[in-house]
Parts: sequence; C-alpha cells; structure tokens
Amino acid sequence: MSTRMQDKSEGHRMREQLEAIRQQAAGELQGLDNLEQVQEWRVRYLGKKGELTAVLRGMGGLSAAERPIIGAIANEVRANLEELLEAKTQGIKQREKERRLQSESIDVTLPGAVTMLGSKHPLTQVIDEIKAIFLGMGYQIAEGPEIESDYYNFEALNLPKDHPARDMQDSFYITPEILLRTHTSPVQIRTMERLKPTLPVKIICPGRVFRRDDDATHSPMFHQVEGLVVDKGITFGDLRGTLLAFVQQMFGADREIRLRPSFFPFTEPSAEVDISCVICSGSGCRVCKGSGWLEILGSGMVHPRVLEYGGYDSRELTGFAFGMGVERIAMLKYGIDDMRLLYDNDMRFLAQF
Amino acid sequence: MRISMDWLGEYVAHEMTATDLAEKLTRSGIAVENVICRDRGLDHVVVGLVQRIEKHPAADKLWVCQIETGNGETTIVTGAQNVRQGHKVPVALPGACLPNGLTITPVDFRGIPSAGMLCSAQELGLDEKTIAPADRDGILILSDAAVIGKPVAAALGLDVPVLELELTPNRSDCLAVLNVAREVAAITEAPLQLPKQYAGADDQCCNGGDGCTGNKDDLCCTQDRVRITINDGDLCGRYAARLFTNLRLGPSPVWMQQRLQSAGMRPINNMVDITNYVMLELGHPLHAFDYHTIAQGEIIVRRAQDGEVLTTLDGQERTLNAGNLVIADPEKAIALAGVMGGLATEVTDNTKVVLLEAAHFNPASIRRTARQVGLRSEASQRFEKGVNVDTILFALDRTAQLVEELGVADVVPGYVDVYERPSKAASVAFSVERINGLLGTNVDGATMAHYWQRLGMTVTWSDPEGNAQGVVEVPTYRPDITGEHDLAEEVARLYGYDNIPTTLPQGATTVGQRTWPQLVQERLGEVMVASGLREVITFSFINPRHLDRLGLPENHRLRQVVAVTNPLSEEQGIMRSIILPNLLEVAARNSSRRTTDIGIFELGSVFAHPASPEPLKELPEERKKLAALLMGQPAAGWRQKPGPYDFYDLKAVIEKLLACLKINGVTWQATGALPYLHPGRAALLTVEQDGATMELGWIGEVHPDVTEAYDLPGRPVAMELDVQLLTMLARAFGEYKALPRFPSTDRDMAMLLPETVPASQVEAVIAATGGTLVDRWRLFDLYQGAQIPAGYRSLAYTLRYQASDRTLTDDEVNQAHEAIKAALTAQVGARFR
Repeated sequence: MSTRMQDKSEGHRMREQLEAIRQQAAGELQGLDNLEQVQEWRVRYLGKKGELTAVLRGMGGLSAAERPIIGAIANEVRANLEELLEAKTQGIKQREKERRLQSESIDVTLPGAVTMLGSKHPLTQVIDEIKAIFLGMGYQIAEGPEIESDYYNFEALNLPKDHPARDMQDSFYITPEILLRTHTSPVQIRTMERLKPTLPVKIICPGRVFRRDDDATHSPMFHQVEGLVVDKGITFGDLRGTLLAFVQQMFGADREIRLRPSFFPFTEPSAEVDISCVICSGSGCRVCKGSGWLEILGSGMVHPRVLEYGGYDSRELTGFAFGMGVERIAMLKYGIDDMRLLYDNDMRFLAQF
Repeated sequence: MRISMDWLGEYVAHEMTATDLAEKLTRSGIAVENVICRDRGLDHVVVGLVQRIEKHPAADKLWVCQIETGNGETTIVTGAQNVRQGHKVPVALPGACLPNGLTITPVDFRGIPSAGMLCSAQELGLDEKTIAPADRDGILILSDAAVIGKPVAAALGLDVPVLELELTPNRSDCLAVLNVAREVAAITEAPLQLPKQYAGADDQCCNGGDGCTGNKDDLCCTQDRVRITINDGDLCGRYAARLFTNLRLGPSPVWMQQRLQSAGMRPINNMVDITNYVMLELGHPLHAFDYHTIAQGEIIVRRAQDGEVLTTLDGQERTLNAGNLVIADPEKAIALAGVMGGLATEVTDNTKVVLLEAAHFNPASIRRTARQVGLRSEASQRFEKGVNVDTILFALDRTAQLVEELGVADVVPGYVDVYERPSKAASVAFSVERINGLLGTNVDGATMAHYWQRLGMTVTWSDPEGNAQGVVEVPTYRPDITGEHDLAEEVARLYGYDNIPTTLPQGATTVGQRTWPQLVQERLGEVMVASGLREVITFSFINPRHLDRLGLPENHRLRQVVAVTNPLSEEQGIMRSIILPNLLEVAARNSSRRTTDIGIFELGSVFAHPASPEPLKELPEERKKLAALLMGQPAAGWRQKPGPYDFYDLKAVIEKLLACLKINGVTWQATGALPYLHPGRAALLTVEQDGATMELGWIGEVHPDVTEAYDLPGRPVAMELDVQLLTMLARAFGEYKALPRFPSTDRDMAMLLPETVPASQVEAVIAATGGTLVDRWRLFDLYQGAQIPAGYRSLAYTLRYQASDRTLTDDEVNQAHEAIKAALTAQVGARFR
C-alpha cells in the first residue's frame, strides 16, 4: 500500500514536475527575442543536460505501469516545447529578415545606371515605316544610284530635252549627260528593265534626290519614296485604293484622301493627292492654310511611253506610280516646323525621335 | 496666271462665286492657288475731291486740304506734295484699317484736326509693278471719272476677285483668259462667248487694183506694203502681220488698264496695252513695230550672224550668235524674236504707222535665247511653253477690232501671212472599254463623248450603234492631248476623280520582303542605335575644301572626285569621296552648341571618279559606307564617371557590329598611312578571303591637324566601313555547336611584356600553343606604372580549358598552362612572376 502510495505519489510528483517545466519553459520562451537566448533556452530545457532530460532520468524509479504513461507525457511536453521553439525561432527570423530588409531600402527615385541608347534619324524612321507598310502589301524595295544618266532621269520618263516640264526640276549636272537624280522615278525604268517580262512589278524605292533649290522650304538634297505597280488590269481606282490604304496606316484610320488632276510627264492621267489635315482633320487651320487638306504626294497611271521604255507592252499592261517627299511626311507626322532642322543634325533634335 | 472674275465672265456666264469656281477648277485640273481679294482693307476708303488746299500755318511740309467725300466737306492734313485742287484722291476715313495694318483715327496735326488720310498706291495695297513709276510716289491721283463718295475699291476695279492659277506645263493653253473660259464652260456647261474680231467690209487686198495708188506712202492694203520672208523655217513656223495707220497714241481706257493691272501688268499706252490685252486674252504674244523704221517694209526672219549687234528696247546693246533668231529688215536685225524688240523700231509718239507681228517661234530656241539674255517676259514665257500656231490670225484680227473700237488707229485692210506647213488637228482613236479599264470606271460611251464635246473636241464613232470606239479630233489649242490615255484623263477629270471607285490591285499574291543587303543595312543601323549612337543625315555633296582640311596629299585616292558643274555654292561643289568631313562638321556644330557627348553615325554613299580622264562617260562608282564618330564624353552620373571617348569605345562598337553580323576573321592592323588619322592610333580592318586581302574599313583617332582645321575641342575617334563588304561577309545566323558535356577549368596568367608587343601576338601564341584545349581567353587586366619597369606593361588573361570528350585533370591543365607560359616567354619575351 505504502509502496503503491509511494509509487503513486512518485508518478504524481513527476507529472507535476513535467507540467511545471512546461509552464515555466513556455513562459520563459515567450519573453525571448533573439536567437542566442532561444538557443540557451533550448539547452536549458531540451538539451542533453536540460531540465526535461533530468526529469526523465528519474523515471527509473517508476513502476512498470507508470513508466509508459509518464514517458508519453514527457514526450508530449518535449514535443510541445519543440513546437514552441520552432515557432519562436521562425518568428524571430522573420522579424530579423524584416528588420534587415527595412534597413536595406534604397532611394528608388535615383536615376538608373547610364547606358546609352541612340536613335535613327527621323527621316529614316519615316522611311522605315513607309517600307513596312508597303512590304505588308507585297511590295519589294528597289534602289538606284544617286548619280544618274539623263536617259533614266528624264528621257525614258517621257521628258525629252527642251521639254518645258524639265523646268519643274532644276538639276545639278556632272556632265551634260550625267546628273544628280532629281527624283526617284528613274528607278521605275531601272526596275522594269531588270524585271521584264516578269509580272507583277510591285516596288517602292526610297532614296536621296537633288534639286537646285535652297530656301526655308526647299533643301538642295531631300528624300523621296517612289512606288510602281505594273500588271494586267491595274486601274486608276487601284491607285486610289492603294494610296488610301497607305495614308490610313501612316496617318491614322480616319484620314481621307482627295485626288486632284495634275500633270507629270511620266503619268497620264496624273493626280496630286491630298490628305485630310493631320492637325485639324479638315476643319481648317494654319498648317493646311485653312483648306483642310494637305498635299502629300503625286501619282498617276504610268504613261504608255514609260512602260515601253521599261520594256513592257503598253497595249497589254497598265500600271500606276506615285512619289512622295519624305521630309514633308516627317514634318507633318512629327509636327516639325522648320525643314532645315532635318539636316542640321543637332543632337538635341535627334534625341527627340 | 491671274484672271479677274469679270474678265472671265465676259466669255462664260457661269454664275459662280470666285471661291466656288476656284474649288471646281482645282478639282478638275486647273489649280487655283489663290483667290485674291484686292479690296481687303479698303473699307471706309472713298473717292474724295480736293476742294481747296493750303499750306499748314505751323508746318512747312504739311498741307491742309478740304475734301468733299460725298458726305460733306472734311479737313485732312497731308504731307504729300503732289496733291492739287480739283484732284480726285483716295480718302481713308476714320474706321478704316488699311492693307498695311494702319488704323485711321482723327489726328491733330499741330493744332489742325485731320479727319482721315489721303492714300498712296502702296497704302492701298496696289502691286507696285502694275503702277506707272510716276504714280508710285505721293498720293494716288484717281481718274476724273471716279465718283465722289464711292468706295475707292470700285473706282480702281479692286472690288473684283482675281483667280491666281498655278498651271502645270501641259496646260500652258490656260495662259489665256479665253482658254480658261473654255475650261469653265466645259465643267459648268455654261455657253462660251468668243470675243469680237475685226471684220471690216474691205478687209482684203487691193492687189494693185482700183484702190491701189501705187504711192508708197499710201497704205491701201497690208499685202502691198509688207513683205515677209522666213529664212529659218525650223525656228519660225508662221509669221503674219497687219498694219495700222494714223496712230493716236494715248492712255487706254480705264477698264482695259484695270484688267491689265489685275493680271499683274502695267498699263503703258493704248497701242501697247491692246497688244498685251490680246496676249492675255488669247494667249498669243504680239509685237508692234514702227513701220517706217523698217527698211523697205520688209521683214526677214533669220538666225543672227555670230557677233551681230542689236540694241534692245531696254537700251542694252546685245551681241548675238547663230543660236538666236532675229526679226530683221534687209539692212539690220530689228528684234530678238519672241524675246524683246529693238530700240530703233520701237513705237513712239512720232509713230504714224504700226506693223503688228503675230508669229510662231520654236519654243526651245526662245527658251535658250531668253536664258542667254536673262529676260523672261510674259511674251517669251508663252513662246517657250508653245503657243497655238492657229491663233495667229485670230490674234491679229482681235487686235484690229480693239484698235478700231478704241479709236487708237485706222486699220489698214488685209494682212500678210507666211505659213508654209499648216498644222493639222490631232486625231486620237479610243476604245470606251480600254478607257474604263484604265480608270476602273464604268462610264458609257455617250457620256465620254459628251465630256469631250464640252471640251471643244469632235467625236466620230466607228460603230454608231455600239458606242464602243471611235476617233476624237482635238482642237489645236489642246496640243497636250495626243493619245488615248490623255482622253482618259479628260474623262476622269470631268467625271470627277472622287467618283472613281476605290479598289486594290487584283491578281497574284506577291511576297513583300527585303533583300539580303537591305536586311544587313537595317541591322547595321540597329546595332549602331543599340550602341548609343544617333543617326545623322548629311548632304551627299561637300565643299571641295574639305579634302584640304583632311590633309589629303595631291593624287590621293580620295581626291578622285566627281564634281558638280553647276552647284548653288561651293558647299555643294563635289560629291563626297568620304563621309568623315560631314561627321566632323556635325560634331563641330553640336560642340559649338555646347553638346559635349557626341556619338553619331551615317549610312550613305561615297562617290569615286574613275581613273579615266574627263569627261565621265559612265556613271561613277557609288559605294555605301557606314561611318561613325565619337567625341567628348558621356555626362558623369552619380554612379559612373566615364572618361572621354577613345579608340576602344569605337572599337567596341565595331566588335559588337561584327558579332551581330557573325563576321569572323577580321584583322586589326595598325596603320600610319591615313592622312586624316593619328598615325599611332589608327587601324585598318582587313579580311582574307580566297587568298585576297580585302579592306573592310578603317578606325582611328582623328589627326590633331584635322581636329584643329575643324575647330573641334575634343579628340574625336571615327570609322568608316564598307557596307557592300559587310553584306558579303555577314551571315544570318551562327553555326550550332553542341554544348560541352564536361566541366571546364579557368586559369589566370599575368605577364610582363615589352610594350611594343601587341596583344594580338600574345593571343596568337595562346591560340597556337593551347590548341583545342583552350576554349577561349579574355584579357581582364592591363597595367602600366608603378612597379612595372619602364617600357613594359602587364597583361592578365583568363584562359578557359575545355575538352569535349572528358573532364580535364589538374595535371593536364597545369601542363597546358605552363606550356603556354613557356611559349610566351620564348616567343614574345613575356616574364611571369
């Protein structure tokens, strides 16, 4: 009886002891706020020489019946404390990480490390855009020389010598028969000669051209993009449709075009093409001089004689051609008010595009 | 060409406002550049009569006028000295805002209030060149016929709008009011009214018959008194003349003067005014001679003799050559055909009899002569563009009509007309289907015929039922219509360009793609942009002095230039043979504007004159080049403090470029041979291909002399690469090699080397000795200075060892590494620490 009493009281005592350790340890742990203290705590309670281990060492005095019960309790206390330890450790680590991150914050409004980015010239950008539009419509890009023969620049374009229309383009000459091309139209002939008799011919040709003009609105060198389509059954309506598609891609889907009869020696019928003003959309402003329209290109049906010069049969085939000034388009698109800026190459200007 | 609405209205009753008509004309092919309202700013400017005028009591140069303005008398002070009592003058009343912006308010002139201002021609906004020189200064004195109190705009005929036409070269027929009226009639379908022509009852030759006295001073008929010979029929296709006698020279009527002024011409006297009037009306220039100054009344049209002298109307003595066509009498030249009359045969106050010339001259010949003498008159411009040979008699008879109507002279019956090969009206065949096929329209034959008939053409169907094809006979005033496509344009513009359906080309689908050279060029631009450079576009021509500034010796290859024969200035004198000078100029310009970070490139052509002597027979060689220049330094940031741009900054750009185009095997060869580059800081880029060495381009610091010549503050580095070669060498993508399956080992080596040994030699030894085991190497440090003996530098490389079939052992790597060191020591004198 006394043994049982004693036994019972021994088991009871250990149980109380364990519970006391648990409460004390848990209470102590709560107050800790750094990992070193937590480590000390762990050694003190859970370590090989810790309090919990010391209690368990006294289990030898327990009865066989009590031992597993007390053992289970002890394990439960250990597990409980380890769980608290883990939570505490995580909490402290989390807080420490937060503190570190906070101390590491930078001024995000400082400028980034400098890397240089260049830019293409606005004229090149416009030409690239024009190219992309026509590539999308199945055109090829053709090129020709800047120094050109009288034959390609004039004669084969139905501009014989002494033709009054030669006055429209005052030329820079190298010799009486060789000059700086005054337009990109010679590439029409060169391309037809190269491709004949292949059909269809569908090309655009961007490039530098030269005329003896130098004032606020004329530069002795400027850029044009020429277009040429030759095939069976090409109509004036096709020209209209093609230019409308181009203009709406270049200047916006709500642009309209207007064709006015005009004259170019290498096309007949010929048309000047206006677009509804990019500034006022047609209501009239300073840029369009109140008319609501801006002239942007010249066009027409390829003159039969030009087709013949190019080696194509004008009785079987028709074609259209158009030519536009890149400077004008760039100025309209970017709102540049002085053409000379395009050749001044001021870095502060170039940096804007 | 300027046409006043009232003049136009004389031939066609269109009933449209100037603005509407302008729009309609523009949309159908005769571009109206401007509708000029000449009465703008002339509100409250009225005709006044000077009742009295006296000196200002307190000012020497001022006059006090009492002016009747129709609304009672008003006092106006003027400083002009040409006003007299009884003059009618333009009076700007308070409230007026003159064309020059001046607003009129009552003003006190030294105690005398002035309720308005008398106006000069200039203050009324009149075009000075239409005003007689005597009327340009002082107050404009109006004609006695002006009605007091009425607006001055009406008195001067300024209340009629004027259309300013911008004519295309093919429509020079519209340099005639009548032919513009024909256009208006065609587009509005209003009837056309032709002007009156002379039709005297006895307008024929007496042929020495009853009326002919045989007396030389008796002008019985023109044929009897005038002989015309055309010697050079190639330059003069027709020459006709009429005589007018008893000339009564004086001013022409106000209406005629005002019409001439509205067209921008200055009234001179009634005879000259009539010829100018008819020129503007019918488009045919005329010339009046004093008949009695023409020897034997004989006109000879011939080429001038070389060195022949003629004093022209402007008093200048001109030496002629066989390229000039002259009008002559048997003794001398009397006029420069179609360009300017002679002084000796000018119509003057003493002229009794006038010989009126109407002729057709070769346009090209007139063009050359007009350029030669530097004179382009209204007349010569019309001849240059080609006048209608069949208007000649019309012009003579119309002049005769006006001469008689205005009582300027008496018309001598008959005329002389030498016209050997009369022109024929053009006939143009057409097919309705083909025209619709060209336009993309569906206009029926009857409608097309109607359009053409409205334009004065005659249509003959070859299939009366079908209306499918036929022939159009074109009036001679429309020489621009020569083919079916021209007829198609007439249909299109009367049908309305805007009514033509909008379609896209049908037919086979085509591939839109860039060629390989175009792709490479585009990529070049992109790499340059990604490297931080800005593209510039400069002129293909340069000032030849640039070649001197570059320090090019005589006979240098780059001096083989193509010269422009007629540049606007020396700035465009030659086609560039190198892009560098353009870039140096851009750099100088930017640097003068205080831009300190300059990185630019240009993709453009250079031109070379072939070695063969002048003149060029073939087109010269054009080669595309990629040129770039760096100068100054990037602005320092808070993190980076970059130094000034140098050789290696630009070299990096080229390396990036070559890497992007997958071009290998480029050799960087130091060169001192390029005059415009620093001899110790320049390299040629060469490539070996098929045993030949090709020059890809050059890079280097610009020579200090050149830098100075361009006034540049920094030390620019520049390059120029041949785009054609780059295109040939470039590959679209690299070659795939399997990634290594075994780990690699990195080993560093630092060595001391005489500074004369270039890095390329070191690397050649590494490559040769390392063989396949050395996968790559990288120079990671270069040091010169303290602890390095003079004349030496220290290079440090990282070498990566790699085998494709095994993991290299330490021993293997060590052995290879030591072998390379030994080779470096032996071959380039490297010392290792």
